[in-house]
Amino acid sequence: MIADAEDILTTAGQWVADGETVALATVVETWGSSPRPAGSRLAVTASGRMAGSVSGGCIEGAVADAAKEVMASGTPRLLSFGVTNERAWEVGLACGGTVSVFVEKLG
Amino acid sequence: MTPTLFQALQAARRAKRPVLLATRLSDGAQALVGPDGAHGANLPEAVVAAARQALAEDVARTVEVEGARWFLHPHNPPLRLIVVGAVHIAQALAPMAPPLGFAVTVIDPRRAFATGERFPGVALDHRWPDEAMAALGPDGRSAVVTLTHDPKLDDPALDAALRSDAFYIGALGSRRTHAARLARLAALGHAPETLARIHGPIGLAIGAETAPEIALAIMAEIVAVRRRATLVSPAREAA
Repeated sequence: MIADAEDILTTAGQWVADGETVALATVVETWGSSPRPAGSRLAVTASGRMAGSVSGGCIEGAVADAAKEVMASGTPRLLSFGVTNERAWEVGLACGGTVSVFVEKLG
Repeated sequence: MTPTLFQALQAARRAKRPVLLATRLSDGAQALVGPDGAHGANLPEAVVAAARQALAEDVARTVEVEGARWFLHPHNPPLRLIVVGAVHIAQALAPMAPPLGFAVTVIDPRRAFATGERFPGVALDHRWPDEAMAALGPDGRSAVVTLTHDPKLDDPALDAALRSDAFYIGALGSRRTHAARLARLAALGHAPETLARIHGPIGLAIGAETAPEIALAIMAEIVAVRRRATLVSPAREAA
């Protein structure tokens, strides 16, 4: 039996097997009171499916946008969200922390 | 992530082998590292060393090696929850544990209790607890919980758990039951500081009464111990 219901990798692998284009976003660094620890994952598909999270919900939209570019180009990107980053204010990182998110195409 | 690497990562996870995914953040170059070293990739030695340490500590982190930043992402096998006693509380506990990252095994030689109907999809072990515990070999990523109230079943399991590296040991029973249990285990040669590893009465003091509430109290205590949370338990302080 699969032990971890938060098994984003397996979900993402299933989506690839279903013929979806999939990107994986992973929290790689955090500073301050970031809601999700390093290693937290979000999987998104070009068709708009999402599983998991990289924050409390405040940056998932922006990460999904970047993921679409990554899925189109195939080139991974390193995103940064935080109080020193104008984009963070724009997307409203309410927690006051800073977070780095690596986004890659799966497969 | 390339399909080949993804498949290798998933295969290791399915086989319950510890594996770490190393990613160079500048360009997305990736490789897998196991406890024995890198898997067929030419990684800087310092990255491999840091990866093995991150895997052993089960902590994801970023390191800088020769001017490049690497994300080290451990994928360790699930934690284990070994439950002795296929009782009502175990039925509530078994489905709660997997979403929290625990693979569950329920030990009970009483086949009327440990049935697939009462525990759908749960690994059941019908051996006596001493045999089952020897076979399962609880380690530092294992929690052991005894729920039978029967010394014939609970005591051998606790004896084995105390001789293991299990990170959590809990025993159901009132304070009086627990005191008697500690005396019996002491007679088996366990020192007071060893016996202090047993959480008894089991579970956080949330006033639990029903089986699901008690299961929640137990799971919450296991998570708190795993995450090294500082807890103030009014019930324990009053004791």
